[in-house]
Amino acid sequence: MLKVTIDNHTIEVEEGTTILQAARLIGGAVVPPAMCYYSKLKESGGKCRTCLVKVAQGSARDPRPMPKLVASCRTLVADGMVVQNITSPEVLDTRKAIVEFLLINHPLDCPVCDQAGECQLQDLSYDNGREGTRFEEAKRTFKVVDIGDKIQLHMNRCILCYRCVYTANQLTDKRSHGILYRGDVAEISTYIQNDITNDFSGNMIDVCPVGALTDKSFRFKNRVWFLKPMNASRSCSKCSGKVTAWLRGEEIYRVTGRKDQFDEVEEFICNECRFDKKELTDWTIESPRNIQRASVISQNHYLKAKNPSVILPLENRTVSMEDFDKEINNELYS
Amino acid sequence: MERKILLKHLDVPGIRTFGVFRSTGGYRSVEHALKNMTPDEVVEEVKESGLRGRGGAGFPAGMKWSFIDRKSNKPRYLICNADESEPGTFKDRYLMEKIPHLLIEGMICSCYALGANTGYIYVRGEYKYIIGILNEAIREAYDHGFLGKNILGSNYNLDIHVHSGAGAYICGEETALIESLEGKRGNPRIKPPFPAVVGLYGCPTVVNNVETLANIGFIVNHGGSEFARYGMGKSTGTKLISACGNINNPGVYEIELGLSVREFLYDPKYCGGIKNGKELKAVIAGGSSVPILPANLILQTAAGAERLMTYESLAEGGFVSGTMLGSGGFIVYDEDACIVRNTWNLARFYHHESCGQCSPCREGTGWMENVLHRIENGHGRQKDIDLLVSIASKIEGNTICPLGDAAAWPVASAIRHFRHEFEEHVLHPERCGRNEIGKLENVES
Repeated sequence: MLKVTIDNHTIEVEEGTTILQAARLIGGAVVPPAMCYYSKLKESGGKCRTCLVKVAQGSARDPRPMPKLVASCRTLVADGMVVQNITSPEVLDTRKAIVEFLLINHPLDCPVCDQAGECQLQDLSYDNGREGTRFEEAKRTFKVVDIGDKIQLHMNRCILCYRCVYTANQLTDKRSHGILYRGDVAEISTYIQNDITNDFSGNMIDVCPVGALTDKSFRFKNRVWFLKPMNASRSCSKCSGKVTAWLRGEEIYRVTGRKDQFDEVEEFICNECRFDKKELTDWTIESPRNIQRASVISQNHYLKAKNPSVILPLENRTVSMEDFDKEINNELYS
Repeated sequence: MERKILLKHLDVPGIRTFGVFRSTGGYRSVEHALKNMTPDEVVEEVKESGLRGRGGAGFPAGMKWSFIDRKSNKPRYLICNADESEPGTFKDRYLMEKIPHLLIEGMICSCYALGANTGYIYVRGEYKYIIGILNEAIREAYDHGFLGKNILGSNYNLDIHVHSGAGAYICGEETALIESLEGKRGNPRIKPPFPAVVGLYGCPTVVNNVETLANIGFIVNHGGSEFARYGMGKSTGTKLISACGNINNPGVYEIELGLSVREFLYDPKYCGGIKNGKELKAVIAGGSSVPILPANLILQTAAGAERLMTYESLAEGGFVSGTMLGSGGFIVYDEDACIVRNTWNLARFYHHESCGQCSPCREGTGWMENVLHRIENGHGRQKDIDLLVSIASKIEGNTICPLGDAAAWPVASAIRHFRHEFEEHVLHPERCGRNEIGKLENVES
């Protein structure tokens, strides 16, 4: 076992663990954000640079700090390593710059984007973005294209995380989905306008951190924060049949994989479950999904707030984050 | 008397052919290595020579070789990086065009030292005619038993293949080069693991520059200590410098490391001074990626010492008042050159060549080009200059490969040393009558 200290939390992890995975084991605020890394996809990570952290001590054997910030998703833990994430102003400053880079060519069309409310870029810029913009030039634009009859690609919103490329490579048999061109005109595309028809292609929508790949059967139907996510299941011959059904009243608006607290699906699901089973009778509804306090889905479900006469520093708050989350979930589903 | 290692026999007619090259002592090192030396002894000689990578980073070649994973049972590869695409650098082209056998000879010795049975030469796509020259040289080497099975009667086998790039600067980065050689998109890999452990086809691989490999023959023949007697301090040997810009004698020169910059710039044997009797304004000393230095700092260090053509002397003062020897692309600007326009030109290049894999480089290079374009065309504001500094500082060090740094350094250094010129461009863009070096109208026919 290797001992690693991240933002003053020490934890023992197995050999071969990355800094990001170790941080996720600790949990809470020390987890660096990850826009391109996806634990279920091999080779993913290292590209978006939002998870850069400072290694203040390389290992117990060689205590020198690493000269540059490192991508925590691809850097393995060494015994006695000391990592700084939110305790390093340099890391936060760099993260702010990375968010700015990611946003300069992003259309910022959240009001008409289906991903709004569950967008990782939205969350990231809420936490690390700057208020104004320093970018004044025209943003690069692409035409909206359909890749198959189920998925629509808005290249304008893409941050080139490569997650969908790895999904297509690793879940589907024929490789027809990849990156064309180079630099800031690089784009996600399919081989000579091929349709994506594989049974598991819909997972590209789930892994997309932004609104670049959207579910055509759900487009403009509803906003995610009006829907209630429920654990649902059915017996399926292709996948586990364990999904999240998004309900409004008695109607299922869409079906997605079950996402964990790091926005990664627990299991990939097949297209039949995702696109074709939209009746309540298709599914056994099991239980409500847990919603995190930070999620916009919890909007209008705040605790009965009191006006504080004195603004307390965060650490002096009487209600813990966990209790806060619980109460929101109780209220939401009561 | 100037001493040369690489271009000693340049003027011998027909040196490009095997017979003439052999008659000047060519391929002797291969015989010596295969018959009298073990691979480890060759590595030791290279270590002792102090030879540093000539591709730009200046990493000691012997040390790079010693990192190769000798425990794994996988085949090992040597790749010659001939993807010379750095603006201002054209030394490898010259060497391959004039004396291709020097490279082949060096590669055979190097492959033997590393225990590699396959070598690749990855040639820049634009160097189409070089590929023919190299293939001809390789064919001759096969014909004379220096390549192929049981070389010179030993039990050592080696094949060398020439592979053409497709016109991407990024494929000069060693891991992108390996990806490209494997037939994939030329995106740099995330390191570690380094190629010495996981390289081409997942096997231990060493990637060396053309000029680095061309030096190996001499080291094997004369020993590392003899090589180390050339040059100065830790900058051993000679270096090919490709000089261009506003000078009287542009071209490729082999200099012994330790020559003063002033002598290189003004001696008629080398650059021969600034063209048309103009004043020197600035120099990019090691290819477009390294920081630009104004006339006073390129000739003398900030401490007042004479600036020499060595890795150490050029780097003296860090990036505040120093630069790098880099790949040896020596670009000279005279007093009429417009720094803003030239910086924009470089930013445009890096924007075009960014692979687009990681966000700071993909977005930042385009942004810098846009802002510089705005300033150059008279729409700039004072705060744009600080914006550029800010963008450059956020790209630098935060990217997967060094292309991000290479894009940021020229912009940051141009503003560091020529801020007044940027400010002048913002205030009075119409007054700038200066021009861009290298543009066709500046070249006298």
